Amino acid sequence: MNDVNIRRRDFLKTSVGAAAVAIVPGMMLFDLSHGKPENASGKVRWGMLIDTTQCKTGCNDCVTACNNENGLSGGIRATDSQWIRKIELKSDSTRRELSLPMMCQHCENPPCVDVCPTTASFKRADGIVLVDKHRCIGCRYCMLACPYKARSFVHEPLHDQNPDVPRGKGTVEACTLCVHRVDQGIQPACSEACSNKAILFGDLNDPESEIAKKISSMASVQIRADLHLNPGIRYQGL
Amino acid sequence: MKETQWMRKNHMDLLKHQRDETMRKGIRDEKYSLKNCIECHASTKDDSVIARDDSFCVACHRYEAVKIDCFECHSGKRKSSGLQRGAK
Amino acid sequence: MNTLPPMYFKNRLYYVLLAAAGLVVLTGLYAVYMMEHHGHIITGMNNQIMWGIPHVFAIFLIVAASGVLNVASIGSVFGKAAYKARAPLAGLLSIAMLAGGLAVLMLDLGRPDRIIVAATNYNITSVFAWNVVLYSGMFSLVLIYLWTMMERRMNPWSKAAGFAVFVWRFVLTTGTGLIFAFLTARQAYGSAMLAPMFIVLSFAWGLAVFMLAQTAIYAWNEKLLDPAIQQRMKNLLAIFVLGSLYMVATYHLTNSYFAHQSGFEQFILFEGEIYPNLFWWGYVCFGSLLPLLLLYFPGISKGISISVAALLVILGGFALLYVFIIGGQAYPLNIFSGYTVNSSFGDGQISSYSPSLYEFLLGFGGLSIAFIITASGARMLSFMPIDKPCTSD
Repeated sequence: MNDVNIRRRDFLKTSVGAAAVAIVPGMMLFDLSHGKPENASGKVRWGMLIDTTQCKTGCNDCVTACNNENGLSGGIRATDSQWIRKIELKSDSTRRELSLPMMCQHCENPPCVDVCPTTASFKRADGIVLVDKHRCIGCRYCMLACPYKARSFVHEPLHDQNPDVPRGKGTVEACTLCVHRVDQGIQPACSEACSNKAILFGDLNDPESEIAKKISSMASVQIRADLHLNPGIRYQGL
Repeated sequence: MKETQWMRKNHMDLLKHQRDETMRKGIRDEKYSLKNCIECHASTKDDSVIARDDSFCVACHRYEAVKIDCFECHSGKRKSSGLQRGAK
Repeated sequence: MNTLPPMYFKNRLYYVLLAAAGLVVLTGLYAVYMMEHHGHIITGMNNQIMWGIPHVFAIFLIVAASGVLNVASIGSVFGKAAYKARAPLAGLLSIAMLAGGLAVLMLDLGRPDRIIVAATNYNITSVFAWNVVLYSGMFSLVLIYLWTMMERRMNPWSKAAGFAVFVWRFVLTTGTGLIFAFLTARQAYGSAMLAPMFIVLSFAWGLAVFMLAQTAIYAWNEKLLDPAIQQRMKNLLAIFVLGSLYMVATYHLTNSYFAHQSGFEQFILFEGEIYPNLFWWGYVCFGSLLPLLLLYFPGISKGISISVAALLVILGGFALLYVFIIGGQAYPLNIFSGYTVNSSFGDGQISSYSPSLYEFLLGFGGLSIAFIITASGARMLSFMPIDKPCTSD
């Protein structure tokens, strides 16, 4: 055994050891950042702030974007699904006119979840209210219960659904807050498409988020707040 | 990816378990998503797993006479084909 | 033999009636097939009127199924002998109408193939889900009750079974009322009064159905119903009709008092075209006042006018349910108080509803299921009331 060999052995051992120490944490973190799946978390509560003063009468950008994103027909027959709609309002007492988009309000105490016989209508941990089409039997009771008339029933067979947004005949559906986009870290289609920046999407529970800062400093209301449902969608200018 | 015989016996349980994980808990494991299965298994001719009698899902299900419920709601076409053609 | 024995024709008639009812059931199943295949777009129901004619039929059948057991309860629980003799027939009618009503309800679902999913994924907070348990429990309880009455060795238990049925059906009918009472968001519903209102309506409709069935079974068997018993039952029906008028009146009067409800009441009682017509003419005049007239001042033939009164009460019940279920959905949801609204989704507008043939086929299919069960049950087992000579107790 000469010195060179011992030193080479030591060198190899040390360098392999050092390399291992350098790489292993990276391998573990790789799993985490590259698709080790995580639950929707209760620490987050997704919501929206809609500024009705920026919302233009006659503009339908959010509706069009939603239809395109989710594969809706865009039709307005009584049997067509509408996940978001523009409502034109005129005050009976002051004659003031305004318009706003109305979609599922993603309530904290959703009546649709209470009444669903099969638990198909459910609230995810992060506050998004969804219909689990695997369980929906199409009884339409949730549609009767919703104070915002947010839900639609699929009245005819559908083809060519968007692979990200499964929809089917005989089940009830509503705005999903673009859950397939939110889970990838992108904002919903309507808030992205609004040309007047009237729709702001974000985490209501994060005090540093733009939406949380805005609602803590400026007045905003929930629609039909007297029902105590605590919706995640808030409106300014109402 | 498990081997063929295991899949034949168990794909329904796999799908059933996975759909609740994804839907109700928001755990989106790409490897086990239905979309991902379709991505590979869809036919090269029409990008679908259900369009024809010899399509991937239909071939066995037709023989076994088990109605497939999935595609009432789920698209049977691979997502990438739609994206490539710019259709949405 | 010169002439054929009377039973010959009766037998033939029985099978003809059964076949006719079977045919109606088949057309109902055809309607279900069409709805399954093409979707609900072939019906008149849409995203504004979600529950339509099938639900009117189903809810009538279910409410009447609970109410018809009143006859049995007055016998088993309150000990009146004349009613006790009629309890088995009431039990049969209850099972028949429950089956018919539930069949219509379940076959109208968007995904009726998923009934097993409904049974295995249970939402404990849903009144709908409670009703699933209540209805299935009702079936079992009434079957047990019938058994205690018809199996001589089980007779001592019939009082206990009758009491259980009595309690269960009160909970069940309350549950049916609560389906609507819990809908706090809608102006037509969301009232605790609906639960007792449905209970009293069930008394009236159940007894009316019972009296018609009783008349039919007596006529078929060429027997005469003791006028004393008929007198008591007709007076009871009149009281129930008055009771339900009271409940409906109180409900609407209190509702009209609230400023925020006045628009809805204006609509449903006065301005809503078909709804006020059906309410005032269908339910109040022909469904309540005219029957009361016939019941208290019988016309030329006592028997006929009582049966006509019972039929009118039933038709009035259908009219009331149409106004309640469909009128309640037709009036727009008041989402923005103090604003006039307009949108592509029917906000601010009265929704219109034109029922399709398929919905009527389904509804009548349910009625026929009830008929088949009643007729075949009465034919095979002894449901004919056997009155003891003395009717006083």
